[in-house]
Amino acid sequence: MAVVFKRPHALRDVPMHYCPGCTHGIIHRLIAEVLDELDIEGKTIGVSPVGCTYNNYEYFNCDMQQAAHGRAPAVATGIKRVHPDKVVFTYQGDGDLAAIGTAEIVHAATRGEKITTIFVNNAIYGMTSGQMAPTTLINQVTTTTPYGRKPELHGYPIKVCELLSTLEGAVFVERVSMHDIKNIMNAKKAIKKAFQVQIAGKGFSIVEVLSTCPTNWGKSPDEALKWLKDNMIPMYPLGNFKGKDLEV
Amino acid sequence: MGEKLLMKGNEVIAEAALRAGCRCYFGYPITPQTEIAHYFAQKMPQVGGTFIQAESEIAAINMVYGAAGAGARVMTSSSSPGISLKQEGISYISGAELPAVIVNIVRCGPGLGGILPAQCDYFQAVKGGGHGDYKMVVLAPSSVQELYELTVEAFNIADRYRILTMIMGDGILGQMMETVEFKDEEEIIKVDKDWATTGTEMKRDHNTITSIYINPEVLEKHNLKLQAKYRKIEENEVRVETYNCEGADIIVAAYGTVARIVKNVIKMAEKEGIKVGLIRPITLWPFPVAAFEKYSEVPKAFLSVELNAGQMVEDVRLAVNGKRPVYFHGRMGGMLPTQKEILDKIKEIVKGD
Repeated sequence: MAVVFKRPHALRDVPMHYCPGCTHGIIHRLIAEVLDELDIEGKTIGVSPVGCTYNNYEYFNCDMQQAAHGRAPAVATGIKRVHPDKVVFTYQGDGDLAAIGTAEIVHAATRGEKITTIFVNNAIYGMTSGQMAPTTLINQVTTTTPYGRKPELHGYPIKVCELLSTLEGAVFVERVSMHDIKNIMNAKKAIKKAFQVQIAGKGFSIVEVLSTCPTNWGKSPDEALKWLKDNMIPMYPLGNFKGKDLEV
Repeated sequence: MGEKLLMKGNEVIAEAALRAGCRCYFGYPITPQTEIAHYFAQKMPQVGGTFIQAESEIAAINMVYGAAGAGARVMTSSSSPGISLKQEGISYISGAELPAVIVNIVRCGPGLGGILPAQCDYFQAVKGGGHGDYKMVVLAPSSVQELYELTVEAFNIADRYRILTMIMGDGILGQMMETVEFKDEEEIIKVDKDWATTGTEMKRDHNTITSIYINPEVLEKHNLKLQAKYRKIEENEVRVETYNCEGADIIVAAYGTVARIVKNVIKMAEKEGIKVGLIRPITLWPFPVAAFEKYSEVPKAFLSVELNAGQMVEDVRLAVNGKRPVYFHGRMGGMLPTQKEILDKIKEIVKGD
């Protein structure tokens, strides 16, 4: 019987701990498929963040390091400089990358570190139970903005792709979304290209993935996907910001 | 022995690290240790190594984490306020059991304090400035020659035990020029870093570097393993110099540059008929408890002389364990005790009974 769908080799055969409807599992799978397709699992070293995916080193078959909150790009820098011939990626959420780790991501990009960052933006802190993230939308209710995020009190959502696009060292920058099949397929293409850009030695590459958090948004998985589409995409437009035509 | 050179302490640290096989340095500028970075910036490209001026101390120590986890001999250096910033990374590196070397050329505090020499980071270094139950090996050289030898040794200790090893000096030692005699070849221990993340090459199961263990039973086991390692280091790695202690009336405890001042005081005291001994801890952790126990029947007392408000004196008291009085004399803010001032304190104690 022909096998038409199976677990990618780069994804370990262990149960994941994510909440029902969470899209982290899909994003993990996309990364693993890319590692398989590019045949780079054996030469890849990943860096896990702090947050819901703190232990995703248990889910990937490649070597992995777990980093302190926000410091994954610095840890990845250390790894890549020791092993310039290896493929190094970080997996980070919005609190990790866009709040506590802002300096590390900006400067890894500034240096043009030849690493790839998968940045998962779900507009909220998941693991610590639903606090405001730097990417939380205006008027979005969280446990630390119970009356909604107000610009005069909490400032505005941070647009990471737009910000990093201004840096010469960041050569591939793209924002994708998990809200439907078509966009998931686009996300995989972007992730693959980001890794290829690194392998070609072009510079820093990042894919921002708009994602859901049904548990802390207080929505069903279906409602969450619709909320992402209707509310997050207007604030965080999808598409390639840089490096679309890079030859890899 | 090999070549003999007149060199600045900070540069000797960098040269020693290169000789020990360190090919990765990550740091951020801060006085009075920045010459270490200057030296690496010049030399690393010549030997195919990595020098990165990081965006912060926090980034630098996390680059150390990544590089150490990837199997490299790696180092960072800073001075007191910068070492405070590195505490998060120090705790993570200790939790993940990564071998690395960190240099603290101590300046005076608290806060931005001043840039002059001090020993006010003793507690931070030996009691754990970061969170959690961890230890670093802390080496305290008192000459430029010793800076060289202990820096090489720091890398060996780090690799042997998978532990963070700190060289703790002060602004005098870092800035001072002295002759240093290099060996033709260093004794470098070779360990199999089969735990490092180097890429599986599809030939083994994946390696993971982490400091998080959500299951309390597993985490307690991990902690017990760390503690067992620390006990082993306490047994094997204590380094101490005892000087003039046999038959001494009083014994002074001092480390680093202060111990050099005390050695001159010993000569002055001799002329006045007082025999003064010196116990100079070279490892601040593990602390040389046995040396203090050995001389705990000294007739008069112990005196700890430090460039702080009284930090190592607590460990001296623990080691002496009430058998004799333990006095303290210290200066702060970058001020140094004069030989006469230490001698006066010794005379006051000796006559005081």
